[in-house]
Amino acid sequence: MNEIITHAPILIIAIPLFAAFLTPLIDRVSKKGRDAVVFISVVLTLILVFILANDVFETGLRIYNMGGDYVNFALPSGYHVPIRIILEVDGMSVFMGIISILISLVGLIYSFSHIKGDGAGKYYTLFLLMLVGMLGMEMTGDLFNLFVFLEILSISSAALIAFYARKGKPLEASIKYIVISSLAALFVLFAIGLLYGEYNLLNMGAIANEIRGDAGALPFVTMVAFVLFLASFALKAGAAPMHMWLPDAYGEAPGAISMVLVAATQASLYALLRVCFTIYSATLDTAVIGGILIILGLASIFIGVTMALIQIDMKRLIGYAAVAEIGYILLAVGVGFFELAKGEISEYSMKALQGGIFHIFNDVLDIGLLFLVAGAVIYVTKESNLNKLGGLAHSMKYSTIFFIIGLFAVSGLPPLNGFASKILIYESVYKVSPLISIIAILASILMLAIFVKIFHSVFMGPKLPEYADCKEAPKLMLCSMAILAAIMIFFGLFPDFVITNIVDPAVNALVKNLSYIDAIIRGGV
Amino acid sequence: MTLDTYGGYWSPIVWIIAFVVAFLIVYILRGFGERKYKGGEQTKPFISGTEEPSKGEVHVRGGNVYWGFTEALKGYYNLMKKMHTGIINDYVLWFIGIAAILFVVIILPEVIK
Repeated sequence: MNEIITHAPILIIAIPLFAAFLTPLIDRVSKKGRDAVVFISVVLTLILVFILANDVFETGLRIYNMGGDYVNFALPSGYHVPIRIILEVDGMSVFMGIISILISLVGLIYSFSHIKGDGAGKYYTLFLLMLVGMLGMEMTGDLFNLFVFLEILSISSAALIAFYARKGKPLEASIKYIVISSLAALFVLFAIGLLYGEYNLLNMGAIANEIRGDAGALPFVTMVAFVLFLASFALKAGAAPMHMWLPDAYGEAPGAISMVLVAATQASLYALLRVCFTIYSATLDTAVIGGILIILGLASIFIGVTMALIQIDMKRLIGYAAVAEIGYILLAVGVGFFELAKGEISEYSMKALQGGIFHIFNDVLDIGLLFLVAGAVIYVTKESNLNKLGGLAHSMKYSTIFFIIGLFAVSGLPPLNGFASKILIYESVYKVSPLISIIAILASILMLAIFVKIFHSVFMGPKLPEYADCKEAPKLMLCSMAILAAIMIFFGLFPDFVITNIVDPAVNALVKNLSYIDAIIRGGV
Repeated sequence: MTLDTYGGYWSPIVWIIAFVVAFLIVYILRGFGERKYKGGEQTKPFISGTEEPSKGEVHVRGGNVYWGFTEALKGYYNLMKKMHTGIINDYVLWFIGIAAILFVVIILPEVIK
């Protein structure tokens, strides 16, 4: 078991990567074999993520030195800086890893219901590469490695957005996504180059240690690198007013991919948090950065909900709601970061961070479930225009129930998971400014109105003649929706369990960043 | 099952109990209502004497929901629609603009120091 835990960080990336290359080969021989390989690889990765998470939550962070004689040692004898690629897994990394693998498994089950035939091999290869990109970004402790995984994630995502299309809107959305992703990746690479030029280092912990030493006189290029990181990852996370690509991409991708894209967006948000909290928090004016995050969060919430209200395409509408949800996370994290300036983090900042980090998980679950239901509706009716849909509750009873669960959760209605994280955010944000808290609550009410609009337009009303023959979504689609709904209900009923066992280790990893740095500087764990 | 928040606590169990109690009260009150079903003309919708349209036409479509709200905020929505052009060049411009603002806000004060 110890051997498995030791090598788990690399296996988590290697298994889906190996399966991604194996899939097109097996696809030529057997379609069922291909599906089995994809499924087994994702389940194996899921088991490894949970084993690693259990270990990290109990014993603290773990490093994996690639190509080193001893994988647990960061520094070869005689060296003062890490020279190899090092995977560094702490509470925040595994928290994000759990989200990515869980959502990918659910997305895979959903995809099995309708992604069949000759082109499916390519779909599953890209799907696995997307998973590799997300997990790689979350597990790595090396900045250049982070860039590589960001690129893998972007390219595979762009291909999947337009997977079904040969022309029209999906292709346009895919092109927009790849342009925006390339731009963000270029800026990230430029920032990494600046830091490498300044410190001769690529390891995040080692760079953070050098930056701590520069406290009070941070070099100009180091500050420039920070701004480039902040702008790029905020763009990739879909923060307003740089969010416009997000409804395009989410709106045109196949249902399961829209859901996995939400997790992919959160991987970029993770990179933003890693840069802010781990690398730069000791030296930057955290009150200013916290303020910027709060403003970006508020803009995302407000623009997201108001723009969602006027959409008539179901998936674009959910896409705008996803922008607003990202806003809640940025708002909470901004409040948490705001307090770091005072040296000792206060109780309300910790609560804000708990709420923000918990909301990362809830956002993926809630928006993910709504995307799955939307995908099922489009699969059954071949229509996503709210002006043309109606009365589907007559024929899609289970999907309707899942939509109601998603609607309640995303709107922050008790007793579902969305409420648990949002109440933490409202109360802690109130301490900074009651006005911000009021805006956040009003936006949640608008969110309810938005999804009531979809619910009314799509599911309510008499059975329309054009959908008289429509039947319920395939069982595998319903099964994946049921998994998400069950997790959401569990998180809603036992929020303290989730906070204590999953969220708190992630929050502590962000706030107490010295252990992340020390693991590298002291040579190992 | 109780979550400590900054201002107090949140207990889903208490909420569920409160919900069940409220539901029972509503259900009991409902029991006092008229039990006899009233069929015929009384159950048909009254649309100022106009014949009831077919079932498909009765459904209020998504585009018409919240029309009053969006009409009242027409100025804001016109601005938002201008902002959301759907053109990739504009997306890039927004990114460059925000990056430039971040440069000014974060770096300028440090340089002046």
